Amino acid sequence: MKHTLQQVFHSPKFVVGFCIFSFIMLTVVIYPLFVKDEPLSIISQGTFFPPGIYTNVYDTIGSQPYTLFLEDAEAKRIANKLGDQERLDMKEWLVAAGIPENEIDTSNTEILMGQWVNTYDPKLQVPGMTQAKLRYYQRLDASLEGILATEGVTIAVKNPETTTLEETDSVAQTDYVNISDVPNVRLLLLGTDNFGRDVMTELVSATGTSLLIGLVAGLIATTIGLVLGLAAGYLGGVVDDVVMFFTNIFTVIPTFVLLILISYSIGQENRGAVTIAVVIGFTAWVWTARAVRAQVISLRNRDHVNLSKLSGHPVALIIFTDILPYIASYVIMAFILQVSSAILAEASLSILGLGPKTSEVPTLGLMMNWAMIYQAHILGKWWAYFPVIIIIALVSFSLNLMNTGLDQIYNPALRE
Amino acid sequence: MKGYARYFGKKLVWVLITFIFAFLLNFTLPRLMPGDPVAVITQRATQGMQSASAVQEVYKQYQELFGTNKPLLTQFFLYIKNLTRGDFGVSFSQYPRPVAQVLKSSVGWTLMLQLPAILIGWLIGNLLGALAAYLKGWYDRALMPLSIFASGLPAFGMAVVLLVIFGVKLNLFPTSGGYGFDMIPNFSWAFIWSVIIHYMLPFWSIVLIIIGGQAIGMRSMSIYELNSDYVKYSRFMGIKDAKIIRYVFRNAMLPQITGLALAIGTMIGGALVAEIIFSYPGLGTTLLNGIMGQDYPLISATTLIITVMVLAATFAIELLYGFIDPRIKAAQSD
Repeated sequence: MKHTLQQVFHSPKFVVGFCIFSFIMLTVVIYPLFVKDEPLSIISQGTFFPPGIYTNVYDTIGSQPYTLFLEDAEAKRIANKLGDQERLDMKEWLVAAGIPENEIDTSNTEILMGQWVNTYDPKLQVPGMTQAKLRYYQRLDASLEGILATEGVTIAVKNPETTTLEETDSVAQTDYVNISDVPNVRLLLLGTDNFGRDVMTELVSATGTSLLIGLVAGLIATTIGLVLGLAAGYLGGVVDDVVMFFTNIFTVIPTFVLLILISYSIGQENRGAVTIAVVIGFTAWVWTARAVRAQVISLRNRDHVNLSKLSGHPVALIIFTDILPYIASYVIMAFILQVSSAILAEASLSILGLGPKTSEVPTLGLMMNWAMIYQAHILGKWWAYFPVIIIIALVSFSLNLMNTGLDQIYNPALRE
Repeated sequence: MKGYARYFGKKLVWVLITFIFAFLLNFTLPRLMPGDPVAVITQRATQGMQSASAVQEVYKQYQELFGTNKPLLTQFFLYIKNLTRGDFGVSFSQYPRPVAQVLKSSVGWTLMLQLPAILIGWLIGNLLGALAAYLKGWYDRALMPLSIFASGLPAFGMAVVLLVIFGVKLNLFPTSGGYGFDMIPNFSWAFIWSVIIHYMLPFWSIVLIIIGGQAIGMRSMSIYELNSDYVKYSRFMGIKDAKIIRYVFRNAMLPQITGLALAIGTMIGGALVAEIIFSYPGLGTTLLNGIMGQDYPLISATTLIITVMVLAATFAIELLYGFIDPRIKAAQSD
C-alpha cells in the first residue's frame, strides 16, 4: 500500500491534478470560516456590481481626514471624468459649433475646458446630430461641472427646526482617509450577480454543492456498476445475460435524454441537490458495469482464483480477496471519471432549467443558468459567468489529470 | 454474404429492442410528473374569465383535445397510432401549433450543425492523437494537457468563451440565432452567407471539445499499437516508418470507431446545450422552450427524436464497422 502511494505521488500528472483539486477543496472548507454570509442572501440593490472594494461613503465622511500632497492627484481626478474618448467627442462638438480645428488642443485640459464652457449650448441644434448624441453631450457637460475647481466640498446637515442647511464640515481636495479607519468596507472579490448576491460567497458554496453532487452520483454509479459488473462477470450464465441485456440497452439510449426525462418527471418542487445527484448516479453506471465485467471475466479463470475455489472458499470471500484487489485501481479511476462527468451533467441539466430547486443552495450549473438568463455574457459582466466556467473546467481538469496519471502508473505501456 | 447478414441482423434486432425500451420510457416518464399540465394551459387560456363553469368547460375541452382524460393504456395506443401518421400531438406552450410543425425545422438545423461538427472533431482529434503518440516530445507534452483541459470543459463553457471573445469583444460573428433576425429563410446569397457566419461559433465550440476527448483516446490506442510486437518485428525487418504508421493508424482507428458509436449520445447531449447558448434554432433550444413552457408533448417528441437520431447514428457506425473490421470480414469467408 505504502509503495503504491509512493508510486502514485511520483507521477507529475497526478500530483498536479491532486494539488489543484485539494486547493479547491480547501477553499470550499476554509472560506466559510471567514465569510459567514448566507450564500444566497441578497446584499445589494441593483444588479451586476463590478468586482472591487466597496467603502462606505457615509463612514468616510465621519472618519479622521489625513492631508496628503500628491502631485498626480489632480490629473487623476480629471482623467477619471475626462478620458481620451470624451476629449475627442468634445472636439467634435466644438468643430461642429464653428471653432477652427487647429485651435483645439485636446491635450491641454484648461484651454479645452475654457472653449467648452464658452461655446457649449445644450439648446443648440447641430445639423445631422441624433437626439441620442445630443443627450450624450448634455450628460457630458453635467459631469464636467466643477472639474477644474480647486476648493473643497462643504458638508451640511439639515437643521430640523429651521429646515435650513448648516455647515458642519468641509472636505478639501487633499483629504484622505485611512481605509482601516472606516468601519464598513466590503471586499466583493467577484462583484455581485443578477440578484445582487455576492458572487464569491455564492461560488464557493456552489463549488461545494457541485462537488457533493459529483461525489454522491459517482459513489452511486460506481457501486451499481461494480456490483452488476462483478455479478455478471463472476457468476456468468443467466445473471450475465440479464445484466448485459440492460447494459446494452442503456449504453445506446442517450444518458442525457434519460436525465432530462427523469428530472422533468420528478418536478421542480422535489428536485433537491441530492435528488439530482441520485438521478445522475442511477443513469451513469453503465460504463463502469461494462468495464468491470470485462476485467472480472479475464480474472475469473486465473490460477489464484481457481485455487481459492478448490479450497472451498465462499463466493463473497473469493470476490473480496481474489478479485477486488486486482480491479481496485481500475474502479478508482472509473470513480474519478464518474465524479467529473456527474458535475458536468448537473451543469448541463441546470442550464436546461432542470437543475436543483433554485431557492435553497447554489450549484455551479445554476449560477451558469442565472448568468445566461440575465445575459451576463452579452452585457460583458464577466464576473458572473467566467469564474464558474473556470471552476468547472479546473475541477474536471484536475480529476482527469489525476486519472491520466493513475492510468500511466497502472498501464506501463502508456508511461513516457 | 450469409455472415454479414447475420451480423447486421443481430445489430438490427438490438436497435429495435433498444428503441422499444426507449419509447416506453419516453412515454411513461413525463406522465408520472406531479401536477396537471392541462390545468396550466386552461389557466392561461381562461385568464380574466369570471364564470367557473365556463373555465370547467374549457378544461374539459382541452382534456378531450389532449386525450388526458382517457386511461393511460388507451393514451398509449392512441399515441402510437398518431405517431405512425407523423402526428406528435399539439404543443401546449405554442398552442395550437402541432408539435410536428415545431420540430420539423429544428431537426434540420441540429443535423446540419452536429453531424459535420462531430465528424470533423472526431477526425481532427484522431489525427492529433496519433501524431502525439508518434512524435512524442514537446508536441505530446503540449497537446496532452490541452486535450485534457478541452475535454474536461463542458461544451456550453467553450460556447460561452468563444461567444464572448469572437462575438462580443471582437464582434466578428453574430452571437445568437441561426440566421439574421431580419431575414426570411430563402435561397438567396445574403441568406446563405448569414447562415454561414451564424454557423461558425456553435460549430467550432462543438468541434474543439470533441477534438480534446478523441485525441486522448487515440494517443493511448496508438501507443499500445506502436509498442506491439508486429510493429517491432516490422522495424527489425526494415520496413519504412511511413508504411508501419499506416497499419498502426488503421488498427488504432478500430476501437476509436466503436468509441464513437458508444459516445455519440453523450456528444449530442453536450452539443444540444451548446445550441442553447447561441439560441441556435435546433432541438436544444426547442427542448429548452418545452421545459420552460411545461410542454410535455413537445419534450417527449424532442427526446424521442434525439433518441432516434442517436440510435440511427450508432447503427450506421456499426454497419460501417462491419465492413472495415478485418476480423468481421474474415468471419464472412468461413
